[in-house]
Amino acid sequence: MHQINCPWCGKRDEAEFQYQGDASVTRPKPNASEEAFFNYVYMRENPKGWHTEWWHHVSGCRQWVKVVRNTATHEVHTTGKPHDKLSKPKAGGRK
Amino acid sequence: MRYSALSVLWQGLTGHKGWTRQWRDPEPKKEYDVIIIGGGGHGLSTAYYLAKLHGITNVAVLEKGWIGGGNVGRNTTIVRSNYMLGPNTHFYEKSMKLWEGLEQDFNFNAMVSQRGVINLFHSDPQRDAFARRGNAMRMAGIDAELLTPAQLKKMVPILDFENARFPIQGGLIQRRGGTVRHDAVAWGYARGADSRGVDIIQNCEVKNILRSGGRVTGVETSRGTIKAKKVAMCVAGHTSQVAAMAGIKLPIESHVLQAFVSEGIKPLIDTVVTFGAGHFYISQSDKGGLVYGGDLDGYNSYAQRGNLPMMEHVMAGGMAVMPAIGRVRMLRHWGGIMDMSFDGSPFICKTDTKGLYLNGGWCYGGFKAAPASGWCYAHTIANDAPHPLNEAFTVDRFKKGRMLDEKGVGPNPWIQ
Repeated sequence: MHQINCPWCGKRDEAEFQYQGDASVTRPKPNASEEAFFNYVYMRENPKGWHTEWWHHVSGCRQWVKVVRNTATHEVHTTGKPHDKLSKPKAGGRK
Repeated sequence: MRYSALSVLWQGLTGHKGWTRQWRDPEPKKEYDVIIIGGGGHGLSTAYYLAKLHGITNVAVLEKGWIGGGNVGRNTTIVRSNYMLGPNTHFYEKSMKLWEGLEQDFNFNAMVSQRGVINLFHSDPQRDAFARRGNAMRMAGIDAELLTPAQLKKMVPILDFENARFPIQGGLIQRRGGTVRHDAVAWGYARGADSRGVDIIQNCEVKNILRSGGRVTGVETSRGTIKAKKVAMCVAGHTSQVAAMAGIKLPIESHVLQAFVSEGIKPLIDTVVTFGAGHFYISQSDKGGLVYGGDLDGYNSYAQRGNLPMMEHVMAGGMAVMPAIGRVRMLRHWGGIMDMSFDGSPFICKTDTKGLYLNGGWCYGGFKAAPASGWCYAHTIANDAPHPLNEAFTVDRFKKGRMLDEKGVGPNPWIQ
């Protein structure tokens, strides 16, 4: 079971959250090119390792939480509010 | 060695001393006409059809682990062709037809069992949706039938027909669907490819895809550099990782899907039942274990293991539709890594690099597709052009607005 540290509620079980995808992509400006929107909607790095992602605390405070989690080990490194800049560790998480 | 009733009898009389190994264990050569990255069901079937149908035998299949250790050994063995969108319908029906003749074709017992696949429905709108799907299938020449509750009660009496939230109003059945022994599929294709000259090289991880002047020239592996005229990626689960070696970014996320097997029990269910409303499906193996599963865990993962919340959710689904299994103990569970494409449909296509081909994005439906996937991929590699059956499975369908979104959920792989 993942435990995710919600910046508003503290550490809570994964079951309270709904995953909402890759947080490293940002919506382009409305007048951006078709290519930019294509990349935003469909293209993903899909890293094996540290991944910045959204988890919606849907059964809690209903805020969106930014999470840095390892896709190879499921370790959660750090969490923050949507506008926080979160850094990824250099090396992989615990095996 | 060709397998037959006579060979079994003869070996029985001579102490079973004449059985030979299924495939060689060759050292990689310096150069091949075609290198297939990934020795799973799809990679092996690609090699088999390249050798058998296109006469291309100077082929290596490079597998980083061992044959049968990836998703071909991690699925729940179900085969079916109950799709609704044109390209999917025809492609999966090609696969179904190949399943039907597979054992004779590659002379290996894959235990193809056409025991039927039933999708349960619980409301009028859901029945209408399933009737529509059934009609789409029948228009493509595929068998589909709506079952009444009375017919269903005869076939699967242990279902909870009077469930308060999801009372069972009937089901859509494809009688030609069923199960296949998954390991035997890998072994049968491997043996068939090997006997035609294909080198199957295990414990050989591809580290880089070598290119020069917009053309693929070979691969760098844990066992040295191997040159090739054509390189075919076939590594669903890790497609993003391998494609990145060639500078390709894809509309794919990797997600974990769990499956479960119970202790062996006496015959309980002789078909495949899916309970989509409750995220649960089940069949029974020939050893007696109940084989069941549900949805993705729902977050990016390469971990090949699932997590407890989804496990509980699947068990709850099973208890809702089939309360009788509540006292059966779970024996094993595992996770497999799915290439979740952004519309739920696969890729079998060329890439911008000459001689480099892509096969991936199988989501959680790769096993049933293995024969047709290899068949179409072999055609695409041999002719450097897709077959009509896979010409819709390109990456640029997303740019052109021609997504094949069978479930209509949009670009959110984690809820597919």
